[in-house]
Amino acid sequence: MDNVVFRREQRVVYDSLSASIPCGKITAIVGPSGTGKTTLLRLIAGQLRPDSGDVRIDGVSVQSLNRSALFDLRKRMGMLFQSGALFTELNTYENVAFPLRVHTELDEDLIQIVVLMKLEAVGLRGAVDLMPSELSGGMQRRVALARAIALDPEMIMYDEPFVGQDPIGLGVLLSLIKQLNKTLGLTSLVVSHDLHETLSIADHVIMIANNRVAFEGSPAVMRASADTLVQQFLQGSPDGPVCFHLPAPRLGDVL
Amino acid sequence: MMIDWVANYGRSMIAQVRGIGRATLILKQALLGRSNVGVNWKLTIDQVFAVGVLSLSIILVSGLFIGMVLALQGYTILTAYGSEQALGQMVALSLARELGPVVTALLFAGRAGSALTAEIGLMKATEQLASLEMIGIDPLRRIIAPRFWGGVISLPVLSIIFISAGCLGGALVGVSWLGIDAGSFWANMQASVDFYDDVCNGIIKSVVFAIVVTWIAVYQGYDLVPTSAGIALATTKTVVYASLAILGFDFFLTAVMFGEI
Repeated sequence: MDNVVFRREQRVVYDSLSASIPCGKITAIVGPSGTGKTTLLRLIAGQLRPDSGDVRIDGVSVQSLNRSALFDLRKRMGMLFQSGALFTELNTYENVAFPLRVHTELDEDLIQIVVLMKLEAVGLRGAVDLMPSELSGGMQRRVALARAIALDPEMIMYDEPFVGQDPIGLGVLLSLIKQLNKTLGLTSLVVSHDLHETLSIADHVIMIANNRVAFEGSPAVMRASADTLVQQFLQGSPDGPVCFHLPAPRLGDVL
Repeated sequence: MMIDWVANYGRSMIAQVRGIGRATLILKQALLGRSNVGVNWKLTIDQVFAVGVLSLSIILVSGLFIGMVLALQGYTILTAYGSEQALGQMVALSLARELGPVVTALLFAGRAGSALTAEIGLMKATEQLASLEMIGIDPLRRIIAPRFWGGVISLPVLSIIFISAGCLGGALVGVSWLGIDAGSFWANMQASVDFYDDVCNGIIKSVVFAIVVTWIAVYQGYDLVPTSAGIALATTKTVVYASLAILGFDFFLTAVMFGEI
């Protein structure tokens, strides 16, 4: 990403943001709430277009692609949405099988094998016949993860994958993300507020704050950073360069 | 004050024109984008079932009652002129030229149009459309196009069913209740209704209404603000805009078809 500027109406989300995501590594995207971490994933996926600047994947400028080329590029990506975004009229099995049915010519036996393997990986083979409405939020995200990896993408983006997971589910997901990255050589982007868990598996960290990249480097360097902004975020301190309160008139003046 | 009013009016007009442009682009992309005709046929048939077959009961019942009311009202007027034998003709022409296409389209907008908007809107709100995009599937082709074709195919068929049910309702009241001779009722109807001028024009109206209603419904669903209030507003807009468009287009088409202008 080179000098990306992105605005939502009058609000500036990114002001000249530049960062690199290393191929085949796990990159954690962290930062305070509302700084546009999910927006960054959508810019990378071409679902949003920057006002200026360039987002490139494998040297190809995403915003220069036409609609057809963009959909072809997305076949090489997987994305786990915050809400799971399962298709509500399909059961768990059909949700995971959906990308396989649309993009491959596999016969039903092979599709069944792949779907059951992916569901086994996220621990939900037992939920194969359940509808999304019968699953908890955490389970829905795990099924969505199984669907996101169904086509074995080259790059996968996880948007808050740990929300709603119990400690066991969280541990399994952490090792699964690590394992997928290692065995399939995926490029993984993890947006998460579970800072310490995310940093435990990340090879690279991009911290976004105040409309720009506040830090980029390895987790070890981040932890050792003397930057007050980085330290405020790591320690969860309310006082520091990152304002907890949105700008507003003084309370006394309002009351 | 005046300047503010002009500015607001201008902004509103620009927003309207932008909306029409966006709706046109969405429809163009949905119908002429990447080809996946084989998949779309199956999905279109599913939509014909969802918006067409599931609307049958309301169409049949409404058609039957409107035919019955027409016969009852028509009989009262026609007897004053001693022309009650022309009841079949009056019922059939009213239904084929006007009431069939218009009332079916209005009912379709309320029953299926609002459902299409709400369904697509909910898909947007729950990120299912974004999720499709990320799987590499164009939601305009996968979601919008089959629903559009489903509506365009279903509504003219529903209109024909409505008109048929209306004629039966008219016969039920006119022949079975009011005692008009069955032979003259049906023979008058057969002799006076022209296939091209009346039936075909009615079907053409119905096809136009189908395109307009379904287009408004899918556009409102696809373009809404993905919140509960946004879905409610878009659903209301679908019914209001579609109803007004049906009545406006009906006047225009009637003037062209029957007004001899």
